[in-house]
Order: sequence, then structure tokens, then C-alpha cells
Amino acid sequence: MSLQIPHREKQPNGVPAVTKAVILVGGSSRGTRFRPLSLDVPKPLFDVAGHPIIWHCLTAIDKVPSIQEVYLIGYYEESVFRDFIKDASVEFPNLSIKYLREYQALGTAGGLYHFRDAILKGRPQHIFVLNSDVCCSFPLNEMLKMFREKDAEAVILGTRVSEDAASNFGCIVSDAHTRRVLHYVEKPESHISNLINCGVYLFSTDAIFPSIRSAIKRRTDRPARLVSYPSSDNLENSFIINDDDDENSKNEVIRLEQDILGDMADTKQFYVYETKDFWRQIKTAGSAVPANALYLQKAWQNNSDELAKPSANIIPPVFIHKTAHVDPTAKLGPNVSIGPRVTVGAGARIKESIVLEDSEIKHDACVLYSIIGWNSRVGAWARVEGTPMPVTSHHTSIIKNGVKVQAITILGKECGVGDEVRVQNCICLPFKELKRDVANEVIM
Amino acid sequence: MKALILVGGFGTRLRPLTLTLPKPLVEFGNKRMILHQIEALAEAGVTDVVLAVNYRPEVMEKHLAEYEKQFGIKITFSIETEPLGTAGPLKLAEEILRKDDSPFFVLNSDVICDYPFTQLAAFHKSHGDEGTIVVTKVEEPSKYGVIVHKPNHPSRIDRFVEKPVEFVGNRINAGMYILNPSVLDRIELRPTSIEQETFPAIVRDGQLHSFDLEGFWMDVGQPKDFLTGTCLYLSHLTKKGSKLLTSTSEPFVHGGNVLIDPSAKIGKNCRIGPNVTIGPDVVVGDGVRLQRCVLLSGSKVKDHAWVKSTIVGWNSTVGRWARLENVTVLGDDVTIGDEIYVNGGSILPHKSIKANVDVPAIIM
Repeated sequence: MSLQIPHREKQPNGVPAVTKAVILVGGSSRGTRFRPLSLDVPKPLFDVAGHPIIWHCLTAIDKVPSIQEVYLIGYYEESVFRDFIKDASVEFPNLSIKYLREYQALGTAGGLYHFRDAILKGRPQHIFVLNSDVCCSFPLNEMLKMFREKDAEAVILGTRVSEDAASNFGCIVSDAHTRRVLHYVEKPESHISNLINCGVYLFSTDAIFPSIRSAIKRRTDRPARLVSYPSSDNLENSFIINDDDDENSKNEVIRLEQDILGDMADTKQFYVYETKDFWRQIKTAGSAVPANALYLQKAWQNNSDELAKPSANIIPPVFIHKTAHVDPTAKLGPNVSIGPRVTVGAGARIKESIVLEDSEIKHDACVLYSIIGWNSRVGAWARVEGTPMPVTSHHTSIIKNGVKVQAITILGKECGVGDEVRVQNCICLPFKELKRDVANEVIM
Repeated sequence: MKALILVGGFGTRLRPLTLTLPKPLVEFGNKRMILHQIEALAEAGVTDVVLAVNYRPEVMEKHLAEYEKQFGIKITFSIETEPLGTAGPLKLAEEILRKDDSPFFVLNSDVICDYPFTQLAAFHKSHGDEGTIVVTKVEEPSKYGVIVHKPNHPSRIDRFVEKPVEFVGNRINAGMYILNPSVLDRIELRPTSIEQETFPAIVRDGQLHSFDLEGFWMDVGQPKDFLTGTCLYLSHLTKKGSKLLTSTSEPFVHGGNVLIDPSAKIGKNCRIGPNVTIGPDVVVGDGVRLQRCVLLSGSKVKDHAWVKSTIVGWNSTVGRWARLENVTVLGDDVTIGDEIYVNGGSILPHKSIKANVDVPAIIM
């Protein structure tokens, strides 16, 4: 990340430029792929590296001096974000954070447009739009710098992925020299580009709202729009698209990715800022483990004082909540987060895992590549284990004996693993007791 | 008295252990397999032991010379140049077996039990016929060759029925016999089977009897049975009140049947048992959980590891928080990395395992 802090831009009349930020948080009917964890906590509030997923977005937003107002847009109940916003307002005193609730799922662009009056209040020149389900370093100041240098109307954050992973994402074709976006297509069937959409945008307010308006107009004129079909060789994609079929039938649903960005590439000053830093999607519950690792590594590089001090039994980075009790003979790390009031017994081993509030890991137990749900218990000499995935992989499942299984083992809320029991590559729904060894299963 | 032990070949069924030591020298219950047999034979008054082998490793001679001295017996190798089956080796060793008129014992080297040689000799003498075979009771006779007695006779064998479909009896050949030297007249020097050729011939003459084995019996020729046999042997020691076993009053002993060599070191907060054998100079770390396993001499199990149904070979190391189970066998000098899981792995000597073995596999 650049260390340059942009000086506050002035508008021609001498008034400081106003930037706002929007975090798209979705709703409870979405995020089903984050089950079983989203059965108990809305995905944006799930803790990775010791903080809710959207807290990491706010940290990045807080570093942009021209932003004072942040909106969370989604369709969760009003009460869902109340406590979070209260806490975040204390932690980020420079930010005013509000939750704007959609009466129904309007799509990523539809929600923005619906709340355009609130967003445009105070006449911001540009708005950042962040999808809450991405994990990255959010180089917002760099995007803002590019926006100014190019006199852009839109800047999208892009990253390079492997060729075979690219078609799972929105693909960007850009001019190699100017970085101008020439073509944008969401989840193409064929290979278009390995530069993909990170789900982080900076829009000029003068450009984005008219673009959405014309998309709505197009929709009304031609209601039976061409639905883009999932590619046949990509099951994960087809799963998402099927999910959305109901929504697509409603005219109100307008999505940035499908309905806006392609047009912008044709008609607007649309640029891509390519990040070389980490980027991962947080879609499935298992993807919380790599996200946890990436945020912890970032905190470690920034010498964050939140992290546990390295020692013979602490392999950094490790986050241990101050109310947790970890026996000094237990060995933790790397990439481990231990939540509030967790107990870790003597000689336990935890690696590449998230242990959530009030859980207990008993003596000599071993937890690898796993998420231990709230208030769960892992018995003595038990082994809860997932499978390591390559850093460059954007998948969270693996093929074992010809069957697709989750790489990360996840125990939902209040699960129990008996003494000496082994659980491997399993997803365990809340309130289950595992008394026998299990592998490669979803336990209902 | 005289005895012949059928050792045979390279013991490939017990690999990877037998890649390092000949099978008779592998420790079973912290005692070499052959020593269990030699001890029992010497106690029954045997002075001449013939080892029927088809190879002759030097390492074996060294150990056997030691036993000759220890028990005041003579041990001879009888080497087959071609495999002679289970009866041929008797003919090959005829000279020794006929050196006097007393009957001789024959036993398979894979069989482990509470050897009843003294009683067997007495019983054989009492009926006066040519041969006696030791039989053991099994739960599923349909998997074996079953013996059937003459009507109204408790021990004289009428016939053998191979894998009976209908119940004809539940006694099977336990692989131990006592035979008169005259039996050697019935055997030719060629590959031939004692079970299929010699015994049926003796039975036809009404000269073969059975002797019921009390207690446990196991053919420990392969790892799975080696572990089961160890459990049976340790239970037998418990039943006898053997002083060899580690006292159940030790805080780390869990469920009994634990045999630990005095030179082994055990760490803090371990839970060991039931059915565990720990050999000489073994080091067990802190917080280790062991059950139904055999740790051979010089091996090391590091802190917090979990080991079940596993044979840890000589000088092997099991890493911290490793988990071994489901008939895993580590050969000599194998290293299992920290936090590694091995499910039914057969690991050849001198290998270092750094990734999980999720499904049973042979690691070359």
C-alpha cells in the first residue's frame, strides 16, 4: 500500500471535497453459502482476525480523509447492526455510520439508487462502494488518486487470478497503458481476461446515478432481458445464479455487476486500479479461514499491538481475545483467532483456525484448518481437521475419492466433539454432538 | 526331547517390520517371537531345536547362539534350497528328529499362545498313538479347516473338513503338534503339506489325536493379527497376575494390560492403555494418548500425540499432535511429522512423512 496520504481536495469554490462510502451488506435470505455460521450471525458481522468482516472495511474507509459518512445498505432487520454501529462509532469517531434498510432485495445497484437522496445529501462528488463479502487491503486512497489523475467517472479495483479461476468472477479487459476499462463481463463462459472485479468501486456521483437510471429505463422498455446463463462447467456459479432467479424476475433488481459495469465500459471514463496485494472473496463459511489468515498477516505486517506476542508456543500471527484463557503449554498459530471467553487447555494445538466465543478446546486436542462455532466443545485428544488449500486457490472445496467436500471443517454453534474423536472435512450444523470419528460429511 | 519350528521364508506378511528383522526376531510383548517358543520348549525338556528356514540371516544366528547358551540347548538351522511346504522340512531334518525314539514337537513360528508342551507330551504318551495335534476352539469354524472326532471318542480324529458349510465342530488345527519319529516314514523329501497329505494318512490309520488348547491362540503373521495377538497376550498376563505388567495404580495407566520396559521413559499427563506394549529405551512425551499399540525399542512418541492400533517400529519418531490409527505400521527409523494424521499407513523403513495419509496406503 502506498504511504501517500492525499491532501484534502478542494472544490472550485473552496469547499473541501466530500466523499462517501457505501458498504453493501446483503440480507439474511442471501449468504446461505455462509451456513452453518450464518445461521447464528449475519455474515457481515462474523469475526475474522478478531473483528467483524465489515469492521475491516471501515478501517480502510477511515483512512480516507475526505470520508465522513458511511452507509451500510442491505435488507437485514434494523436491529441487526445496532450494536455494531454503536461500537464502531466509538472506534471510528470520524465516521458517521448509518444502516439503510431496503424494503426488499433491490440488487447492488438498485439499493444505491433507492437511497440516492440520502447518499447525495451534502453533495458528495464521489462514492466508494464496497461489497462486504470481500477480504482485501482496500487500497481506497490509491483508487482515489487514480480517479483524480485520470479525471475518471469510475474506478474499479481489479486483481489478477489464475486463468481457470477467472470465469468465476467479473472479468475486466483494460488498456495496458491507460488502464481504461474497455470491456466488462460478469462470469463469462469463455476466457476473457484474468483481471477480475474485486467488488470495490469508486464512482463519480454524476456518473453512477444516471447510469443506474438508464439501466432501469432499459429494463422497463425491455422487461424480458437476456439472462446470462451459468457456464455448464461451473457448479458454484450456477448455484448463485439459480439463487437469484426469483429476484431477476422482479424488475426492481438492478445489479452493478450485471447491469451497470458493462455499459460503463462503453460510455464512461472507467478505469481499473490493479491491486497486487491480497484479495479473497468471503462466500462460503470455509472462506473465513483464509480471510482470517490474510487479515492477521496484514495486522502482523503493520505491527498491530492487538496480536499475541510470539513465543515458543505462539507462532505469529495469532489473535487472542483478552477475555480468553489459553494454557501456556498450548501451541497456537500461525493464523489463529481465539474469541472472547474461549478456554484452551494444556497441550492443545491450534493452527489456521478460528475459535469463536465461549468455546472450549480441551487438553491435548488438535484443531487444524477449522472453525469452532460459538460455545462448542472439543474433547481431550480430539482432532478437528480441515485440509490446507494453496494460497492462490479461490476455491473452498476439494475432491476426495471423487466426491466434493469442504476443505475447512466447521462446527456450528454449540457443537461437541467427544474425547479422542476425529472430525475431518466436515460441516456440522449447530447443536450436534460428535461421539464417533467422522470424515467428509455434512452433519445435519 | 526335540522340536522343529517352521519358520519358512521372509515373513513378507509382517512387512514393513520384516524388512528390518527376520520375523522370529520381531519382539512380541517385548520378547522376540522365537524366544516365547524356545522358552516354552526348554521348559518342557526340549534339548534340540531345529529351525526350518529357507534363508539364513546372520543376525539370527547371533541371537540363537545366545539362546543356546541361555537355555543349554542345541539349535540347528535346517535350510531348504527349495520350499518344501509344511511337511517336507520334517523329512529334511530327519537326522536330528530321529536321533532317539522320543517324539518331537512341531510348531509354526507365527503362533502365539500359552504353549502347553509339557501337558501335550504327557497326553501324547498316554494315548500311545503316532501323533497329537493341538486344537483351538473358534467362533466361526466355517472359515477354517475343522477337525471331526471318531464317534464316541474324545480325542481320536476321524477326518478334517475344510471350511464346513454346516456345523461339524468348532476345533481347528492350532499349528502345533507332537509326533512319533515313525511319522517321518510317511513323508517324502519333496514339497508336501503336513495338513493335506501327512495328517489325513495318519487319520486313516486311526493314529492321530487332538489336544485342546486352553486360553488364547493367535496366528500373528500379519500386523492386524499381531495387534490382536498382543491384546490377547497382555490379557493373559493380567489374568496370570504377571509382575511384568505396569501396575494399574500408576496414574497414567488406563484400563490395564500395559507392558512397559523399565528403561522406557514416560512423560507427564499421559493416558496409556488398555493393551499397550512399550519396548526398551522408548521415550513417550507429555500428554500422549496410547491405546492398543506396540512401541518397539528406541522409538519416540512426542508430546500430545495420539496413537491407536498401531505398531511403531524401532527407532521411529511420532511427531507432536500426530494421530496414528487403523493398523498403521511404521518400519524402522520412520519419522511422522508434527500434526500429521496417518490412517492405516504401512510406512517402509527410513521414510519421513510430512503429509497426511488419509486412507490406508503403503508408503514406499
